[in-house]
Amino acid sequence: MTQPLDILVETPSQTAGPYVHIGCIPTFTGIEGVYPEDLGLSPIEDGAKGEVITIVGSVYDGTGWAMRDAMIESWQPDAAGLFAGQDGADPKVSGFCRFAADKDSGEFTLRTVKPGAVKGRNGQVFAPHISIWIVARGINIGLNTRIYFEDEDNSADPLLARIEQRPRVDTMIAKKTGDGTYRFDIRLQGEGETVFLDL
Amino acid sequence: MTDTAALMPRRREVHPDPYFLDYKTSITRSPSLPLLSMESTPSEETGPRFGHNKLGALDNNLISNFTQGKALAVGERIRVHGRVLDETGRPVPHTLVEVWQANAGGRYRHIKDTYFAPLDPNFGGCGRTITDENGYYEFMTIRPGAYPWPNRANDWRPMHIHFSIFGHAFGQRLISQMYFQGDPLIDLCPIAATVRDRSQLDRLVAPLDMQNSRGMDYLAYKFDIVLRGRRQTMFENKPEGM
Repeated sequence: MTQPLDILVETPSQTAGPYVHIGCIPTFTGIEGVYPEDLGLSPIEDGAKGEVITIVGSVYDGTGWAMRDAMIESWQPDAAGLFAGQDGADPKVSGFCRFAADKDSGEFTLRTVKPGAVKGRNGQVFAPHISIWIVARGINIGLNTRIYFEDEDNSADPLLARIEQRPRVDTMIAKKTGDGTYRFDIRLQGEGETVFLDL
Repeated sequence: MTDTAALMPRRREVHPDPYFLDYKTSITRSPSLPLLSMESTPSEETGPRFGHNKLGALDNNLISNFTQGKALAVGERIRVHGRVLDETGRPVPHTLVEVWQANAGGRYRHIKDTYFAPLDPNFGGCGRTITDENGYYEFMTIRPGAYPWPNRANDWRPMHIHFSIFGHAFGQRLISQMYFQGDPLIDLCPIAATVRDRSQLDRLVAPLDMQNSRGMDYLAYKFDIVLRGRRQTMFENKPEGM
């Protein structure tokens, strides 16, 4: 026998199911007047510093179908790479957003500021990126990935460097489609499967 | 932000496998390639915080929040309460807990739910609250009904309440479901069965808590939640050159 470790075990995940919108973004599904305001309507307020960008994309299942029922959360720092709550962070950037695939087209839109590079432990620097968490019916535990940007220098990013099959790096990089606009598609399975993270 | 220590790695064996044959929708919505694992970074170690100022007075009362107190929802009145802890056993204070559920007849107020159990005009089905300084939360609701769902020909969901918990770090983000003690449908449900280890599934089953129930008013159910913890060490931030 030994001493017990006294470490608890994380509560197991269960799927968010088809009705996740009721709990997280009730006005999206027509439930109005319960809350003063849904959380995470926008990651920025007017006056946020930096370039305002719009990212459009879809979440595709293994058959190539754009899912109509996915809900996504994003988390990011401000234009200087500081997260809300850190000293000097832009008070106009909450950094958190919730958005859903359109129920007719399956397309999502995220309007935010372009994040700055992030300093990690021991001198690591991560290229500008937005953390993404995807939940839906059929997803048993939320899927994490990141949006990097085609027009940034991603060559020294410590996370992207860990991807052995180099063509897969592209699955985490948003493509520039115009002035301040990007396309980022997420493929859950099969050809072009997005790199999902366990951090 | 007060804590930037690395998160403990997620114990994936505790969680459902993404692909689970008996839960048909998971077949095309599960990644087939391995996840990329590495130590957490500031993007996972920080996370959004929500203050009480974002919440309304009835947000944690699903019995009355849809009508803003004008009328009460139909169903067995229950109080659900518990603590949010992390793997180190510390309470997680001031963190957002969101819930959503079907009404007493097993019907959701959602355009996609076409089950013929009627909507309750006084029930919306969502609630939220913030844990106190000891990680404690509670809300009032009605016991949700079980309901059939399109999977195999005769699959039924046990009574359940969906939970969404934030913690203090984006890497702690968790969505799960609370089941009710004694519900025979738990053993038959392919979604519950995605948690393969029965002792882990049991942790999603809330016990009846008579000591916290109130006579002539409500039954109580206790549901504790554990989020990922952080490694506690002074040995990780190496000075330059080490």
